[in-house]
Amino acid sequence: MSLLTVAGLTVRDQAGRALVDDVSFAVAAGDRAGLIGESGSGKSLTALAVTGLLPPGLTATGEVRLDGVDMIRAPEKHRTATRGPVAAIVFQEPLTALDPLMTAGRQIAGPLRRLHRLRGAGLRAAVNDALDEVRLTDTDRIANSYPHQLSGGQRQRVAIAMALACRPRLLIADEPTTALDVTVQAEILDLLDRLVETRGTALLFITHDLPVAARVTRDTHVMRNGQIVESGPIADVIAHPSHPYTKTLVESARRFDAALERTARD
Amino acid sequence: MTDPIIEASKVGFTYRGGKPVLNDVDLAVHPGQNVALVGESGAGKTTLLRLLLGLASPTDGTIRFDGTPLTRTRLRDYRRAVQAVFQDPYSSLDPRHRIGRIVAEPLRGLGLGTDPAKVAAALEAVGLPADTATRYPHEFSGGQRQRIAIARAIVGNPRLLLADEPVSALDLTTRVRIVDLLGSLCADRGLTILLVSHDLGVVAELCQHTAVLEHGRLVEQGPTSQVLGEPSHPYTRRLLESVPRLPQ
Amino acid sequence: MSSTASPPDLSPAPQSDPSPASARAGAGSRRRSLHLVIGLVLVGIIAGGVLISYFWLPFAPDDTSGGRLVPPGGDHLLGTDKLGRDLLTQLLIGGRIALATALGAVAVGGVLGVSFGLLAGFATRWLDDAAAVVLDILIAFPTLLLAMLLVAGAGASLTTAILAIGLAMAAIVARLTRVLVKQVLGRDYITAARIAGVSWPRVVASHVLPNIAPVVLVNLALQAGLAVLAEASLSYLGLGTPPPNASWGRMLYEAQATVLTAPAAALAPGLALVALVIGMNLTADGLRDLADPRRAAR
Repeated sequence: MSLLTVAGLTVRDQAGRALVDDVSFAVAAGDRAGLIGESGSGKSLTALAVTGLLPPGLTATGEVRLDGVDMIRAPEKHRTATRGPVAAIVFQEPLTALDPLMTAGRQIAGPLRRLHRLRGAGLRAAVNDALDEVRLTDTDRIANSYPHQLSGGQRQRVAIAMALACRPRLLIADEPTTALDVTVQAEILDLLDRLVETRGTALLFITHDLPVAARVTRDTHVMRNGQIVESGPIADVIAHPSHPYTKTLVESARRFDAALERTARD
Repeated sequence: MTDPIIEASKVGFTYRGGKPVLNDVDLAVHPGQNVALVGESGAGKTTLLRLLLGLASPTDGTIRFDGTPLTRTRLRDYRRAVQAVFQDPYSSLDPRHRIGRIVAEPLRGLGLGTDPAKVAAALEAVGLPADTATRYPHEFSGGQRQRIAIARAIVGNPRLLLADEPVSALDLTTRVRIVDLLGSLCADRGLTILLVSHDLGVVAELCQHTAVLEHGRLVEQGPTSQVLGEPSHPYTRRLLESVPRLPQ
Repeated sequence: MSSTASPPDLSPAPQSDPSPASARAGAGSRRRSLHLVIGLVLVGIIAGGVLISYFWLPFAPDDTSGGRLVPPGGDHLLGTDKLGRDLLTQLLIGGRIALATALGAVAVGGVLGVSFGLLAGFATRWLDDAAAVVLDILIAFPTLLLAMLLVAGAGASLTTAILAIGLAMAAIVARLTRVLVKQVLGRDYITAARIAGVSWPRVVASHVLPNIAPVVLVNLALQAGLAVLAEASLSYLGLGTPPPNASWGRMLYEAQATVLTAPAAALAPGLALVALVIGMNLTADGLRDLADPRRAAR
């Protein structure tokens, strides 16, 4: 059975409009899936529905099973218990996801203390390991820094360290590199790539950026206006897009690639 | 080569009591030759752009406009010739003004007459219907707002457009359309663009000349084909390698 | 021009991607427009009564012919006070003072507060820090103490009370204005206006003021209610309008001794005060919804 099964997921607002419309997909343990779509496609709402974190006023119907737990109908207590150890989320803007009044070290220590009941020296060592793992080698300085004292890339690494601290089996990354510089984006993508590979963590990667998705995901689902319009291995989708929207998306990405190639050749 | 529209020579900028943000920057924009300013956050792109927009004065060096130093008294002429488009289309339009008033702002501010036909022509040039003028910004999507911002910038027929990351807040498909629009404005109106961007694909598409800024210094500049084709500086090479591309 | 190569993105603005805020806005805005209606009705009744009082009063303010502490009913709808004056008459005259205080203090506080807040909003570096500190000190300064100082200097009068309340309000309004101005100045449309050759005064008039106005107005409506309460407290303490011009606060003070034998004398001004303050607060709350640019623009 898949780690995450989504079947006929529909998210409606109060007016009854379907913002996510009959979406179905699955992510197996250790798999890497991508949800690709532009603003308003419903990709981020899908991620929130999967983790049972939909904002008030929105209602989900259909079926979402995360490690066997019904994330739509199960009591809040069960959903919360599933979230940390089974699925963790990394958001686009780490500054809003991190507590501005807490040092990076204490924020990472939080989930470690709760879930692994670590204290004192053991906890400190675990925090250092977590920072090492996301290649924040200046561990002491980073652990004692507040979020605003870190660069965008460092903040996102801290957020990833927090998300992975509980060893989740699924990591959901919602546009994790969109707010970052290109070189930092490349580093973060490498990092995610390596971490999910070595740990066998499943990845659900959400982005509007087709080339970025191509870099880290294997299976992909292209979303538009709340619906999945095309699914398949990302290499096939890019090589032979069948839906007109996917074609436009691929052509758009190719345009800039081609411009770069052409210029470099001249 | 024709004389540059603007030329920064040995330009430096230091905030009071701070470290220098820009050092020894030499950059010229010639008519008909789009220039890309490439660099990452904190490299000094925004500061350089503020200097080139006449919003602040360099602490070292000079900025020349049509060959003579840019002074306060020449600012009005300068702004008739040089306009700007910004990154965030949600911040660049006043939510309380109708589009017609927003687009007409440079006409009134720079004493270019208040002919409503010019506003209509500018909206048409960016591919928006005429009834756009009577509506409010919140009725438009990000891409449409960026078109409105471009209409405002070109309504007075400037020679140079300073574009600060004009497409980086937009979706990929919208990005293509706005880049096409900018390209067609260059071809049809004789507009020249100074493009600030970290997206090398967009740079390659639009600009003939590229300058790379790192830590407040221009580390490399020249024809785009040369800078992106045979980068000589390690930072430029790293930037090129980082660009995510589709598998062939 | 025909060469705009591809069809522009002319789909209507994305109605999707609702933030949680907009999803909740529907129910919230209905509730707030109800607030606005109730608030305006309360304030309207009192304002109407005050307006009528200028043309017609049940009795002359100093007419004591009805006898002392007459219970409500008969000739004296609300009864009389311990000097034999008609309570309804006093209440209406007190309403004039309450509304004069609200309008006067809002005028003083609004003009001074917004002006100083604008200046402080434009200040940079040390001047900005200095402005922030001055405003915090002014806000911490008790209104009552300020009023006492003014009364000691100028004597107790309605003008003194309005001035004291207005000055205290100005500090609060100035601090709010300063923060709002700084927010608006950070917007790209301000830079765009400067590049478009618009002078600073016109930037303020056409961009800054319209964008801060809704929030400032809501705050002033709230402050108006507080001003009425402050005037009542000052009068109760003897720092406001001196007798015989009965302010509601003064009426409460005078009814204090007889509150058990003639409760109407205390209840009438008390309830009027509560109604006016609640009315102003509900109005402010309702205005908040109209202040949303997306609604106001339509």
